[in-house]
Order: sequence, then C-alpha cells, then structure tokens
Amino acid sequence: MMRLLAGFLAGLLFGLGLILSGMSDPAKVLNFLDIAGAWDPSLAFVMGGATVTTYIGYRIVRRRPAPVLMDRFDLPTRRDIDAPLLIGAALFGIGWGIGGFCPGPAWTALPIAEPGTLVFVPAMLLGIVAGRRVA
Amino acid sequence: MLPAIPTDFTPWASLGGGILIGLSAVMVMALFGRIAGIVGITAGAVTQGDRGWRIAFIGGLLAAPLLWMLATGGFPAQTVGATLPGMAIAGLLVGIGTAFGSGCTSGHGVCGLARLSARSLAAVLTFMACAAVTVFLLRHVLPGAA
Repeated sequence: MMRLLAGFLAGLLFGLGLILSGMSDPAKVLNFLDIAGAWDPSLAFVMGGATVTTYIGYRIVRRRPAPVLMDRFDLPTRRDIDAPLLIGAALFGIGWGIGGFCPGPAWTALPIAEPGTLVFVPAMLLGIVAGRRVA
Repeated sequence: MLPAIPTDFTPWASLGGGILIGLSAVMVMALFGRIAGIVGITAGAVTQGDRGWRIAFIGGLLAAPLLWMLATGGFPAQTVGATLPGMAIAGLLVGIGTAFGSGCTSGHGVCGLARLSARSLAAVLTFMACAAVTVFLLRHVLPGAA
C-alpha cells in the first residue's frame, strides 16, 4: 500500500513537472529541436534543472545502505557504448522529432485525449514490447 | 508534422518544472532504489514481477493533467502536430528505439547524466542529434511529409 501511494505521488510530481516545464507540449519540444527555425531554448532549462537536482539528490541518497521501500538498490551496471544503444537512440530521436512526444509527456497527454496522442501511445506501447523482444 | 507555431521562451517555468522532475527521480531512487526511466517503468508495469508501484507511477502521470486542470481551471498547453499516420510511426519509433536503446529522455537523459554515465551521454547526444535533424528535414526541407 505504501509502495503504491509512493509510486503514485512520484508519478504525479513527475507529471506536474512535465506540464509546468512545457515538456508536455509537442509544439514546444519541436521548437526546441528546430534550431534553424522557431527556436525555443526553454527545454534546455528543463534538462538542466532536472539533471542537476537529480545529481545532488542521488549523492545524498547514496549514503543510505538501502532504499526505504525495497531491500536493495537496483541500478544499471552497463558502461559500454554498443550498437543497439546507438541504433535505439537514433530511432527514438527520429520518432521524437516527428511527433514531439517522448514517453513521459505522452502519458501525461493521454487524458487530454487529442487524436494524435490516442494514436501515439498505443503505437509506443506496441513498439516497447517489440523492441524488448528484439533486444 | 506540426507547422512551426511560435512558443514563448519560459526559462523560469521550465527550470521549475525540471526541478520537480528531478525531485521525482530522487524520490524513486530513495524509495525504490531505481532509475526513474519512463520506458523502464512502463515496460516493468506490464512485464516484471514487481508491477504495483510502476502502475501507480503511471497512474500519477495520468492524474497530473487532471490535477493541473483542477488547480488552474484550464487544460495544460498542448498542441499535438503530425498527421495520424505520422503519429503512429512516431509512436512506434519512440517505443522500439527506447526499448532497444534501453532508455529515453528521463532514463538516459536525466538519471543517466546525473550518474555521469558515458553510455547515457552517448545515447542523449545521438537522440538529440537525430531529433534535430528530423525536425530540420520535416520543417525546412520536406514540409508536409509527416
């Protein structure tokens, strides 16, 4: 029960951050990516604010022997830069550039039920399942 | 693809929103001991053993715009562009790419960079460059293609 509540609150905080920052608006994302056109640098502030906050927070959390609600930390261990990483990132970038949605904002946009979002999210879920099977 | 609709430069709101995203990532690490990667959480919500908190996290993402509406009285600003086939292709590419590349803007971007991971930095530079080139092609070279 505690885990469900904590998970919900973390997701809510993440979603509110996406909306406040403008990251949940594909028009803003595409303008950030459109350096040669209607460039809007706002999203650099989102990435900067989020990454610096996370960097500081992780350093504090790392002093704990274990997370609060689990037995142990479970972190990615791979350090190598391999072909699947770069091919996957490239495909993701192309999709992001077409639609202006990455996965988090796509979820927060779903309740607003724009037709484009209602098409994007199921396609994304299908892609995740397919991508996991190939990887 | 969406025609270029000018958007306002919003450094303070974007910085504030970014800090909230960071606090959420720290919360996930402190409570669950994991990276707050949305694709990892989404995939885990449908496949792995410990699904509960991940489903709840996605519930929180879905609740955010509703809370935003209650608080401000309006929808969050949002203009979804591309044609419906374009959005279907975009969704497939985002899903396959993030699953295959083990992460998205949050997992590699926010959390990976915060862990000073060279692997994540390589992913971020790749998806940023590919996204910028895609937007350049669709807006300035082949307008109307998607």
